[in-house]
Amino acid sequence: MDGLFTQYIDPYYLRILMLIGINIIAALGLNLITGVTGQLSMGHAGFMSLGAYASAILSMQFQVPYPLALLAGGLVAAFFGLFIGIPTLRLQGDYLAMVTIGFAEIIRVFFLNFGPGGKAVGLAGIPQNTTFSTVWLLVLVVVLLNALLLNSRSGRALYAIRENEIAAEACGVNSTRYKVLSFVLGAFLGGLAGALFAHYNYYIDPNIGSFMKSIEILNMVVLGGMGSIPGTILGAVLLTILPEMLRQLPTTFPAFSLIC
Amino acid sequence: MLWQQLLNGLTLGSSYALIALGYTMVYGIIQLINFAHGEIYMFGAFAGLFLVTVLGANLFVAIVGAMLFCMVLGMLVERVAYRPLRGKSSRLSALISAIGVSIFLSTLMALLAQTNTRRYPEIISSQTYHLGAIEVSSLQVLILFLSAGLMVGLQLVVKKTRVGKAMRACSQDLDASCLMGINVNRIISLTFAAGSALAAAGGVMVGIYYNAVWPYMGTMAGLKAFCAAVLGGIGSIPGAMVGGLTLGVMEILGVAYLSSSYKDAIAFAVLILVLIIRPQGIMGQKIVKKV
Repeated sequence: MDGLFTQYIDPYYLRILMLIGINIIAALGLNLITGVTGQLSMGHAGFMSLGAYASAILSMQFQVPYPLALLAGGLVAAFFGLFIGIPTLRLQGDYLAMVTIGFAEIIRVFFLNFGPGGKAVGLAGIPQNTTFSTVWLLVLVVVLLNALLLNSRSGRALYAIRENEIAAEACGVNSTRYKVLSFVLGAFLGGLAGALFAHYNYYIDPNIGSFMKSIEILNMVVLGGMGSIPGTILGAVLLTILPEMLRQLPTTFPAFSLIC
Repeated sequence: MLWQQLLNGLTLGSSYALIALGYTMVYGIIQLINFAHGEIYMFGAFAGLFLVTVLGANLFVAIVGAMLFCMVLGMLVERVAYRPLRGKSSRLSALISAIGVSIFLSTLMALLAQTNTRRYPEIISSQTYHLGAIEVSSLQVLILFLSAGLMVGLQLVVKKTRVGKAMRACSQDLDASCLMGINVNRIISLTFAAGSALAAAGGVMVGIYYNAVWPYMGTMAGLKAFCAAVLGGIGSIPGAMVGGLTLGVMEILGVAYLSSSYKDAIAFAVLILVLIIRPQGIMGQKIVKKV
């Protein structure tokens, strides 16, 4: 089935399409945390690298089947989402942002020193199981589930927390429970995206969890409009294509140096 | 050994504290994490390097020159990237704008000066003094005294002058200060100038101390300094000093007694632990939520 899509597409464009799909999944995850629930998280790439490493190690060292490895990548990230979500619920706004940045940095430094993950060199030779149809089928499923969640009672509770947490609590919304829920689900999607990326890119290194990657995903959510699914998809598409279009630019600038 | 490490930690910590002051002052007034602040620090280090290598200036001219340059740069950044957004858009937009400025400035410097690491020429004669078992280099003495001097100076400006009074008023309530006839835009501009000047001084001193200046040095230093500001309680000037020194000492002790490969993680681990126990930071005040 995959050949049907891929035989007519140039490999370069195919790669961009794959990355768009993976970024949509990651950005929808962050959209749940930051866009919908209003909890500013600036360490989403940390969840991605957790998912990427967990799934890559499982399928390389333990020969775990591909779908299970993907699921495990998401679950490991979700577990850490729970782990970071519960204590940070006491924190608000920018304090939470700082803790999530710190959390992602700790993960990056951990993988820089993590023997089974190849330390700074990274992991190469991950089986290339992610195909065009896997990515886009998963995008479809994730978008549908997201839409279902956001239109449900729980989804409205999440929006209510973003708008006014005190008012939401006064209306009987258990804000702690829903904030943890959004963290866990968002982290799961981040981990899933990371696992997809690891099994597509064949190679991962600790820098896939860098601060700049987190910012990139946050920009996708903000650009498209916080809390909107079509907006997040649009943001992910635009911000994946734009850097590719600007790739030619640096070569047109002459190299010069002010300080020798 | 322990005392030696404490001294090294204080030296590192005072540079964190100098950068953290800029974060905390700006945050105190307009509740913005100024992510471009780390890049201002990097520009300060490069401005000092430029003055020393190209114009042959001595250390103090380099520091003062870098501070003046970054004052202007900081005010320019505020004018171009933050003022148009103020009051009209959400705080997150201003935050993204700050990140944009940060990326712009670091790539601009990479374009201007290439990405390789540069060194300061030897502009201060390095002497080592012995105090019992501790070795103190003349550079460490300079850094400790200069940053202490700058911090005392800042404290005097904020506590004793009219401008400082206006700054404190603005950080309590921007709208009320405006009604009392304070030119809020001017005060915000001055706050950016003061914070940027301190960061520039930090940049030059760290550049000389670690003998390395490169266009992306601002990102990690900025994040850690922000950590220091949050650790001390963001918005509080003494908090930034205490937070910076604590973080510097913790990091050096961690490197000395735990593991040097986890150097960059230690600052963040300390931050997370402190915030879990005391969410408002060491010296921050608890803000009561109003309905």
